[in-house]
Amino acid sequence: MEPGRALTKLVRFDPEPVREDLPMGAALPETAPSRLFLSGNEAVALAVRDAGCRVAAAYPGTPATEILEELSRFPDLYTEWSVNEKVSLEVALGASMVGARAFCAMKHVGLNVAADALMTMTVTGTEGGLVIAVADDVGMSSSQNEQDSRFWARFAHLPLFEPADAQESYDMAREAFAVSERFRCPAIVRMTTRICHVKGRVVPAEREAHEPAGFVKDPQRWVMVPGHAKPRVALMYEREEALRASAQQSPFNVLVEGGDRRIGFVTSGPAYMHVRETFPDAPVFKLGQSYPLPLERLRAFAAGVDQLLVVEETEPLVESELRAAGIACAGKDVLPRVGELSPDRLRPAVARLRGEEVPASAQPRLVPQQVFPRPPTMCVACPHLGIYYTLAQLRNLTISGDIGCYTLGAGHPWNALDTCISMGASMGVALGMDKGRGPADAKKAVIAVIGDSTFMHMGMQGLLDITWNRGNVTVLLLDNRAVGMTGGQDNPGTGRDIHGESAQRVDFAKLCEALGVKKERIHTLDPYELPTLFKTLRDEIKVPEPSVIITDRPCVLIDDYKPTQPYKVIADKCTGCANCIDVGCPAIHVTRRETQVKPSGKEVELAFVRIETSACTGCGLCVQPCAPEAIVHALPEHPVKFLHAKI
Amino acid sequence: MTITNIAVCGIGGQGVMTATEILAEAALSLGFDVKKTEVAGMSQRGGVVTSHLRFGPQVLSPQIMPGEADLLVGFEAAEALRWAHMLKPGGVALVNQGRFVPPVVTIGLYDYPEDPIAEMRRLGLAVFDFDASALAMQLGNIRLGNTVMLGAMSDRLPFPADVLRKAVLDRFGTRKPELLELNREAFELGRAAVAQPAPAQAIA
Repeated sequence: MEPGRALTKLVRFDPEPVREDLPMGAALPETAPSRLFLSGNEAVALAVRDAGCRVAAAYPGTPATEILEELSRFPDLYTEWSVNEKVSLEVALGASMVGARAFCAMKHVGLNVAADALMTMTVTGTEGGLVIAVADDVGMSSSQNEQDSRFWARFAHLPLFEPADAQESYDMAREAFAVSERFRCPAIVRMTTRICHVKGRVVPAEREAHEPAGFVKDPQRWVMVPGHAKPRVALMYEREEALRASAQQSPFNVLVEGGDRRIGFVTSGPAYMHVRETFPDAPVFKLGQSYPLPLERLRAFAAGVDQLLVVEETEPLVESELRAAGIACAGKDVLPRVGELSPDRLRPAVARLRGEEVPASAQPRLVPQQVFPRPPTMCVACPHLGIYYTLAQLRNLTISGDIGCYTLGAGHPWNALDTCISMGASMGVALGMDKGRGPADAKKAVIAVIGDSTFMHMGMQGLLDITWNRGNVTVLLLDNRAVGMTGGQDNPGTGRDIHGESAQRVDFAKLCEALGVKKERIHTLDPYELPTLFKTLRDEIKVPEPSVIITDRPCVLIDDYKPTQPYKVIADKCTGCANCIDVGCPAIHVTRRETQVKPSGKEVELAFVRIETSACTGCGLCVQPCAPEAIVHALPEHPVKFLHAKI
Repeated sequence: MTITNIAVCGIGGQGVMTATEILAEAALSLGFDVKKTEVAGMSQRGGVVTSHLRFGPQVLSPQIMPGEADLLVGFEAAEALRWAHMLKPGGVALVNQGRFVPPVVTIGLYDYPEDPIAEMRRLGLAVFDFDASALAMQLGNIRLGNTVMLGAMSDRLPFPADVLRKAVLDRFGTRKPELLELNREAFELGRAAVAQPAPAQAIA
C-alpha cells in the first residue's frame, strides 16, 4: 500500500452478522467507535500535525523514515528531508527560536550525529515547542548497532517519553510539545522498531493552532559563548529538578494494580505490553515519562511488592538509577541484555527469579526447522551489481564501505566490501588505511565505496580530508539518485524535494572537483558497461592520488528507472561456466550442477542456468561475461549486440 | 479473553504486508481490537518478511509467540517451513507451493529443501497447499496471487468469508474498478483450493 493512506481513511465499523460456529472461538467485543488504524510512526506524524507544528525535518532512517513521509503529505506545515540529522535538528531549533512549534525525527544513530547540536540547545533551551522522535532499532533488523537512545535524554537533561503503542505515540507526542513549552527545552519521544512499525487503533485528539510569537534577540540566551553559557548551565540543572518534580505527577507514569505481589514490574515502552500479556495479575509501574524518573513513587511501589523487576529495552538505565537511589531491584541480572524482551524471553527469566521451574508453555512445541538463510540481496538489475562484480574480479584491494544498499556488497557472491562503520566513514577509514599501512598492505589499493545520499550526509568532509592530506584513495561514488535502502527518498542529488517537486540538483563531478579532486581524476560512467568500469577502476588505482569514479544509473525501485527488454538463456548454449552467477542477480537460477573432469585431470564444477524472464528488466550485466552467447533477449529471439567484456 | 493469532510469512515484494493489512481491516470492521506487527527491515531486498496479526476484545503485545499461532499463512514454501514452529497444536498452515530461490542457493552455498511442504506434514501439521501463482495465471494476471492467498484464508477465520472478501474488494476494487471482478474470482479460486480436507499425516 502507499504510506499515508491510513491517515486519510477512517476505518468505519460496520458490524456484520457473525456466524455461530466460530472455528477459533473468538468472542466479539462490543462495537467500538470509529477510530484510526495507524502505525506508531503514522500516529506520531498525525500528532505533530495536530499539535500545530510548523516545521518538521528529518534524514531517512529505519525504523523512523515513515514519520516524515507521512508528515510531508499534510499541507499544513513545512517539511523537508535534511542532508543529515544534525542539520534537521538545527532547522527545528531555528524554527523554535522564532516561536514556531518544530519537530524532527531520526533513527537512533541519527541522534549521535545530531548530538553536537542537542548538547548545546539543551543549554539555550527552546521557545516554540520542539520535539525529537528517536527510534531505536531494538533487535537490529536494519542497523549497524543496537543502542539505547534514552541515554541522550539523561545526558542532555531533557524530558523523555516512551510510548508503548500507537495510541500512546500519538498522546505522548502531543504532550511532548506541551512539556517542551512549559519547560522551554526540547522533549524526546523515544520509540523502538516495535512501536514504529506496529499498527493499532488510535483515537486522535482535537487539533490545535499555534502561531509563532516571533524571534526575540537575546544574545545571553542564543549566543553560546562561555560567558553566556555559564549561567545557563546552572539554569539547565534547575530545570531538571523542576522536570523531576513534574514526572511525579505525569499522567503517563501510572500504577497498574495486580493481585500477585511476588514480583512488581517497572517497565516502559513496548516491554510494558509484553509484561502485561505475560503476567496479567502482577502489579506494574508503567513509565511513560521516564526521565527524570518519578523516584518517590517508585520507592513507594517497591515497598508494596516482594521483589522489583525492571523490564527495559535495552540498557539497565532505570535499573541503575533505582539502585543508586537505594531501591533494590532485579533487571539485567536475569533478563537478556540484547534484543527485545518479548513474552517468550520474559517467562523463563521471571521463573528463575521466583526460583521456579521454567514453565513448559514457554517452550515452543515445535523446534524451529533448519532452513537456508535468506539475507537481503540486491535487486534484479541493481546498478550496484556491476560495481561489485568488477570489484570482485580485481585483486589486492582493500575496500572501505559505507551505509546503504551497497553495504550488501560484503555478502555473496561478491565479498567485495571490507568495512562498514557509520555514515560517511568510508572516506576517513580509507584515508587512515592509506596513511597507516605498513609493508603488509603496501601493494594493496585502497578503495572507498559510498552512495550519493551518504556522501552528502557526511562523506563530503571525508573526501575533503583525503584531498587536503594527499591521500591515495580511489572513491567509487555510486549515484543511484535515491536514498535506496530506506525506500527511495529524494536527496540533493535527485533534483527533487520531499514532495517530488523540482529542486536544485547537485553536480557530483563539480562538487568533487571543488573539494580538491583533479578534474582528470574524476570519471562519470555507466555501471552497466562492465569493460569501461573495469578499465577505469584498474587505471585509477594505479594513480597515487585521489580519484573519484561516479556511476550514474538510477535505483531500479524509483520512477527514473526504465526497464528494457528482458533476457533468457538458451539452454543448449549454456556451458555451465557460472560467470553470470558471479554478477549476483536474483533473476538468475541454477537448473543443474555437474562436475566435469578436464583433460588435465582437474575437476570443474559446472552450474547451468536459466533467467527468470518475468523478473528480468534487461540491464544486460549477465550478458557481458557470457562467452558462449547463451543469453539472448527473450522477445524477439535474437542475439544481443553487446561487446563481451574481456575480463 | 480470546485472541486470534495469524502469522503471515513470505519474502519482500510478495505482498505479505498488504495481505495482513487487509485481514486487519476485516477484523477492524467487526469492532475487534487489532494489532499488526512485522519485521521487514531490509525486506525490499528479497529478505524474509513476517507479519503478525492479533485480534480480539483487547490486544496487548503485538507479537505472536512460537507455538501460539492459530493460522500460519505461507506465501512461499520454504518460508512456511521456516516459521512452522509458530503454529499451536491443532493450528492450520495454508501454504503457497511457489518457490523463491535466493542467490545463496543459486551460488551453491545452501540447499533449498527438497519438499518443504512434506516436511511440514512430517512435523504433524495440518497443511493445505496450493499454487497461488498458477491460480492467478488462470485469470491471466500473476498479481492476483495475493487475492488467491486471502481467499484461501477466508474460511479459516473467526468471522464469515464475506467480511474478508469485502475488505479485499474495498482495497483492490476501489483502485482499479476493472479489476473488481477478477479479484472476486481470484478470491473464490483461493477459497476452493483449500476446501478439501488437509492431507495431513500426523506422526504418532
